[in-house]
Amino acid sequence: MTEGRIVAGALAPHPPHLIYAENPPQNEPTAECGWEGLRWGYERMRADVAATKPDVLIVHSPHWQTYVGTHLLGVPHFKSLSVDPIFPNLFRYSYEMNVDVELAEAIHDEAVDAGLEMKMMRNPDFRVDYGTIVSCHLTRPAWDLPIVSISSNRSASYYGVEVMQEMAAALGNATRKAVEKLGKRAALLSSSSLSHRHFTSESEIPEDMSMEHVSSHALYLWDMQMIDMIKKGQTRQMIDIMPEFITQSISEMDAGSFAWLMAAMEYPEEPGEVYAYGTVIGTGNAVAGWYPKGALAR
Amino acid sequence: MSHPVLKGLIVPGLPHPLLTPEANPGYGRLRDAFEKARKEIAASDADVLIVYSTMWPSIIGHQIQARPEPEWVHVDELFHDLGSIPYKFRMDTELAKELRDCAEARALTARTIDYEGFPIDTGSVVALKMLNPNNELPAVILSSNVYSDRSETVVLGKSVVDALKAQNKKAVVVVVMTLSNRLFTKFIKPEEDRIHSDKDDEWNRKVLEFLGEGRLEDVAQLSREIHKQIRIPKVVNFKSMWWLSAVMGAHNDYAGEVLAYEALHGTGGAVVSLTPSVSKVGDKEYDEGDVEVFGGERSVLGSVETPAVSKAKATPASATTTTSTTQVERAGAASVHEVPAGEPGGALRTNAAPKPVGAYPHARRVGDLLYLSGVGPRQAADDSIPGGPIHDKQGNKLDYDIYLQTKAVIGNVKSVLEASGSTLENVLDVTVFLVDMDRDFEGFNRAYTEAFQGVGAARTTIAVRALPTPIAVEFKVLAAAGTATVG
Repeated sequence: MTEGRIVAGALAPHPPHLIYAENPPQNEPTAECGWEGLRWGYERMRADVAATKPDVLIVHSPHWQTYVGTHLLGVPHFKSLSVDPIFPNLFRYSYEMNVDVELAEAIHDEAVDAGLEMKMMRNPDFRVDYGTIVSCHLTRPAWDLPIVSISSNRSASYYGVEVMQEMAAALGNATRKAVEKLGKRAALLSSSSLSHRHFTSESEIPEDMSMEHVSSHALYLWDMQMIDMIKKGQTRQMIDIMPEFITQSISEMDAGSFAWLMAAMEYPEEPGEVYAYGTVIGTGNAVAGWYPKGALAR
Repeated sequence: MSHPVLKGLIVPGLPHPLLTPEANPGYGRLRDAFEKARKEIAASDADVLIVYSTMWPSIIGHQIQARPEPEWVHVDELFHDLGSIPYKFRMDTELAKELRDCAEARALTARTIDYEGFPIDTGSVVALKMLNPNNELPAVILSSNVYSDRSETVVLGKSVVDALKAQNKKAVVVVVMTLSNRLFTKFIKPEEDRIHSDKDDEWNRKVLEFLGEGRLEDVAQLSREIHKQIRIPKVVNFKSMWWLSAVMGAHNDYAGEVLAYEALHGTGGAVVSLTPSVSKVGDKEYDEGDVEVFGGERSVLGSVETPAVSKAKATPASATTTTSTTQVERAGAASVHEVPAGEPGGALRTNAAPKPVGAYPHARRVGDLLYLSGVGPRQAADDSIPGGPIHDKQGNKLDYDIYLQTKAVIGNVKSVLEASGSTLENVLDVTVFLVDMDRDFEGFNRAYTEAFQGVGAARTTIAVRALPTPIAVEFKVLAAAGTATVG
C-alpha cells in the first residue's frame, strides 16, 4: 500500500453554465461560448490536479443538502440523467460514475468516531446532485477516477456558521484520516462559489457575456478580499471571517464545503493558486488550488 | 363565473406518510387525512389540481411544470432510506402556459418547464401520489421563488386566478409545506418522533386554530411572525400562506378543517382543508396592501427589455424604456421607488398612489417627459376621499371640503412623481378639472398656491359636469422626468 495523502485541494465552483458553455457530449443543450475566464482557469486547475496523480476525487457539495447528519454516496456505480432544477434550459447531463465506497465508508466511520451524525446512501435509484457532477466534470472530464461525494449538513441553518465550521472541520479531519489509512492519493474539491447573489432574471441567450457581471460592488469587494487571503495563504483568517463573509455575501459557503477543505488540508499557509475569477449569473466564482509540498511538480 | 378555486388544501411534503405509514401511528393518521382530502377532491367539481410546493425552490422567477406526463423514480435526498417513489403524472400543459402568460402580464418572471427527467421535488411527488393517485385530475405544479417577497407571492396567486378564469376552469389548490420546520438533527427511531419542542407545538396549534376557523388571510398576514417563531432559515421562507390566500380570495370566510396534525421527524405536518363559505369570521382589519402588479426588481441584468415585453409583444429593446429606478437594489425598490418595468413604453405604477379605475398606468415616461394619468384625491391605503365625497351611493349630494380634496390631489401627484423619480418642482403643465367652478375655485386655488408657489408650471382650469368617482377635483399633469433639467 502506498502512503495515503491528500495531494490536492481545490475550490471548484459548480455553475452548470460552465459545462453548458463547454459543450461536452454528455450535456444535451449546446452553447456558442461563455464564461471563458472561468473555464480556462478550470483547465489550468485540471492540469495541475492531474499532475498530482490522484486516484480518487472527494467532493463536498452544497447541493446535496441533508438536514439530518452528513451523508455519503454508498453505491458503487451510478448512471442517470441530471437536470438542473434552477437552470434546466442549459443543464441536462447524462452522467456515469464510479464511487469509491470503501473510502466513503472509511470517512463515515472516522466521522462517527469524531462524534458526527453520519449516514451512507445505499439507494441505487438516488440521483446524484448536480453540484457533485459539475465540480467533478470540470476537474476531471474523463470521469476516469472514482469519486466520493459528501453531502452538506445544514448545521448553519440550525445553529449558526461557527457551529457549522466546527462540524465541517471535524469532517475534514475525518476525511484526511480515512485517506491516510486507506493509502489513497486524494484530490479534494470544495464545490462552492464565493458571493452568491443571483440575478433573478436570465438573458435570452444565457451565454450572452454582455449581460454578465457581479451582482453588486459590495459583493465584488468581498470576493476580492477572500481571493487576496487565498493568495496570501491566510486560510485560518478566512475561516475566522467566514461568518461575516457568509452573511454579507449570501455565500453558499454556509454549506461547509470550504471549512471542510481547509481542515482536511490542515489550513495551508502557502499561497493558494488562484486560476480564475468570474461571475456566473451574478454570483462570484473563483477557481483555486492548494498543493501540499511535493505533491505538485511543475 | 364565480371564484374558480373550490377548495384549498395544506399538506406536508416529507415522504413518511407515503412510504412508511405503519412506522408511527402519526404517519398513519396523516396518510388517512390525505385519503380524506383525496375524497374531498373527488367529490368536488374541480377540473385541475394546482400544487404550490415550498420544496421546489426557484431563482429565475417562477417555474411551472408543463411536461405532459413527467415520469421518474424519485428518491428523497435526505430520507433516501425510506425507499424509492416511482411516479407518472398528468399535467395540464395548457393551463401551465396560460399561467405563465398571466404571471408575465402582472410583471412577474415566469417560465414553463418541459424537460425529460426534470427533478420534481419530494413534496409535489408525495402530494400528487396521495391526493391524485390515478391522475384523475390533471395537475399544475408551481415553484416557490427563493427571493420573492409578499407582494410577488400575492401577485403570483392572483395570476393563478387569472389563468383559471381565462380557461374557464375550476381548481383545488394544494400548498405543500410544513408548519414548524425544525427537524431533529440526529437520526431517530420512528416511534420516537414528536414535535421538536413545546414552543413549536404551541405555535403550530395556534396556526391550526386559525385555519380551523377558516381565518386564512389572518394566517397569511401573520406569516412573517410565524416564520420568525418556528422556522429555521432554509431555502424557502414561510410564504405559502400569502400565495394560498391570494389564490383563494384573501379573506377569512372559509369552512376550515384540520384533518390531521402530527410530527414528521420533529417538524409539524398537518393536512388542512379550506372551503369557501358564508362568513363565520368575516372581514378583518387588513394591514397590508393588496398588490395587483409586481413592482420589485427583476431587471438586474441591466437590460431595457423586460420579460413581459419581450415575450408578449416582442418589442425591440430600443423601443422600450425602463427608468433607472428599476435597477436600484431590491430593498430600495420596495420602499421608495415602487415603479415596475413590467409594462411597455415606460408605463409606471406605484402602490403609493390610489389604484387606477381603468386600464391605465399612473404615469408614462417618454424621453425626458412624464405624462401622469388624471389624479384625484382618493387615498391609496383605503380609497377614502379627504374632505369627503361629493355625493353618496344613491347620488344624494353631500357637503365636502374642496381645500382638503385639492391638498389630497397634490399629495397623490407628488407620490406618483416621486415614485417615477421626479418631484413636484419638475411639473411643467397642469390641467385642472372642477365639477363646480363657482363653489370651489377659491378653495382649490388656495391649496394649489400653497403647493405650487414658485414652481412656475403652466395651468389651465376647466369646469366639467362630473368625474368618474365622487370627487370634485382632478389634475392632469405633465412633468420633466427626474433626470431631465427644468429651466
